[in-house]
Amino acid sequence: MYQSDKIKMQLQCPMPKLDFDVITLGHGSGGILTNKLLDSGVFNILSNPILDERHDGAFINLESKTAFSTDSFLVSPIFFPGGNIGELAINGTVNDLAMCGAIPKHLSLSFIIEEGLKMSEFWEILVSIKFACEKSGVQIVTGDTKVVEKGKGDKIFINTSGIGSIHPKANINAKNINIGDKIILSGNIASHGMAIMSVREGLEFESQIQSDTINLNHTIINLIEKFGSDIHLVTDPTRGGVATVLNEIAKQINLGIEIFQKDFPIEQQVASACELLGLDPLYVANEGLFLSFVSENIAENLLQELQNDENGINAKIIGSVVKNHPKQVVLESNIGGKRVVSMLPGEQLPRIC
Amino acid sequence: MKYMSEYRDPELAKQYLEEIKRTVTKPWSIMEVCGGQTHSLVKNGIIEMLPKEVTMIHGPGCPVCVTPLRLIDKAIHLAQQKNVILCSFGDMLRVPGSEKSLLEAKAEGGDIRILYSPLEAVKIAEENPNKEVVFFAVGFETTAPANALSVIHAHRKNLKNYSILASHVLVPPAIKAVINDDESKIDGFLAAGHVCTIMGNSEYYPIANKHNVPIVVTGFEPLDVLQGILMVIRQLENKENKVENQYARIVREEGNPNAQQIIFDVFQTQNQTWRGIGEIPESGYGIKEKYKDFDAIKKFDITIKEAPENPDCISGLIMKGIKKPFECVQFGKKCKPTSPIGAPMVSSEGACAAYYHFSGLIEA
Repeated sequence: MYQSDKIKMQLQCPMPKLDFDVITLGHGSGGILTNKLLDSGVFNILSNPILDERHDGAFINLESKTAFSTDSFLVSPIFFPGGNIGELAINGTVNDLAMCGAIPKHLSLSFIIEEGLKMSEFWEILVSIKFACEKSGVQIVTGDTKVVEKGKGDKIFINTSGIGSIHPKANINAKNINIGDKIILSGNIASHGMAIMSVREGLEFESQIQSDTINLNHTIINLIEKFGSDIHLVTDPTRGGVATVLNEIAKQINLGIEIFQKDFPIEQQVASACELLGLDPLYVANEGLFLSFVSENIAENLLQELQNDENGINAKIIGSVVKNHPKQVVLESNIGGKRVVSMLPGEQLPRIC
Repeated sequence: MKYMSEYRDPELAKQYLEEIKRTVTKPWSIMEVCGGQTHSLVKNGIIEMLPKEVTMIHGPGCPVCVTPLRLIDKAIHLAQQKNVILCSFGDMLRVPGSEKSLLEAKAEGGDIRILYSPLEAVKIAEENPNKEVVFFAVGFETTAPANALSVIHAHRKNLKNYSILASHVLVPPAIKAVINDDESKIDGFLAAGHVCTIMGNSEYYPIANKHNVPIVVTGFEPLDVLQGILMVIRQLENKENKVENQYARIVREEGNPNAQQIIFDVFQTQNQTWRGIGEIPESGYGIKEKYKDFDAIKKFDITIKEAPENPDCISGLIMKGIKKPFECVQFGKKCKPTSPIGAPMVSSEGACAAYYHFSGLIEA
């Protein structure tokens, strides 16, 4: 979300006057405090006809083939340059639905809050959720709030699940991927992971690295509208980064994937930060980014279309699907050498020197 | 940032490769001593680009690989104590001890923190006066000044709760040990550029002279490594045995005297055990008597029994260039990056991990 949007949303949604400054165990008890919290906060700010029913669950009419997705969010710190856990939780599930070729519509929203979370922080998260919902065109239709004892959580965990109807022109399936398909990356890699890392490690760079968290549904639906079934797969390389996702796909389709280091879009300062910390940006998490596998004959046109979208300005064709080295991702380095890009055995750990 | 692209230029890389091909007339085995160089060779796909006459041998300069098993067990033991915060560089965490790794000890509740600098550990000690803070001070000459400085800082601040578990190894004795091994057939060496940034080049002249091997102090960017290889091959083809400095933009002949002063204020050379290789005389740093209060080994009564290495692991032979990783019976079978039985399968600098990924093996 842009800075100007953020200031606007703070002004539009001032925090109500409450008789509590922090969230306590009582707010999750189901009693008066819970009702106060929900009335003054959640229900009010996220109000829509389905949520306003306030029943045990939401009533929704399904019109067509539907995608269903869920994700949990436990980022630390909960506020980071470029966003916070609230908008991340909305964009995450919205994007997962979009990767299915669906138009996201209805989301559930569950909080697990550690007692002691400042009400002002919770409010800021709620406001971000509201704006992220508006931006992506989804409604929160059901939810839950639980509070755990201090030390049994990490400020706030959020789970969102969502449904959306599949776009009639969408035919997203890894089975549709063919030899010769081009792989397009929608923007700069590693921004989200490095934004989080720089705050967590207390590292200061010349200018702040911003997370790329954003909703991608409008961008993807527009592409599906124009290129239909020539888009074989869209997927977002979040945890584990681009390298991990490409490996998963190579194994799934039993074909090789060839990528070119020189074509990888990456912001200069993110690249520098990765060098400094001894991390490979290919394995660093992304949020507002997607990979698409598309027919060779429409690749250039799709790239152009994508580059005209605010979420795809830095898009690039980074590689293609090949017959050789099935199940493997092979990278051609800047100097022309080739290496296998494998999955990491675990979390990426910084090197000694 | 400068230096991000200048030494990765594809055109220049091509020219170096062509020059290497033009120069080489017979097979040569060249050892890149430092794990950072191994990492660069693998990451940039350089090994495959070299002519078949040139064989690169990944040397023992991988701190993760050569830290003795017993010391890792000690670190794990300390990390399991309730009042201890164990701080470490990231890639030590996955190295297998005799029973578990630090990563597993962390999952079991040990307070283990990944740091980028030992000075952060001093800060943690200041902030946690009721806890013992131990920094797992691993590495070659390159990391020694910062580790020593942390001791000096803690001493100045009169901190009673900071100590280091030191396992410092030195490059020149390791090169000698490799050369002196009867089975070793290394023709020339790329010395570790950053080690020489600290220590200078003087230690390498007697080695090159006595053993008749070319030694080229080399950097870590792809063009550095390619130029270093070319310089070694030129010497080999001309039957020369000089010490040359490819990394002159960083390495001065005398090294960094200030850093050396800090090292020798805190450390003294001692015999050192290298995992997989054994004891090498005068090949490590121990903490001097005057800083003994900061020596975790002396400070804590850590009695753990000596555990045997996995007998299947031939890491010593691999690091000396006598065997290739795929000659190990467990390579890719029991020993994989997710379940390493030896340390060189852990780090991206380790020879076995490098070969594993390179050989295109896929873990299910």
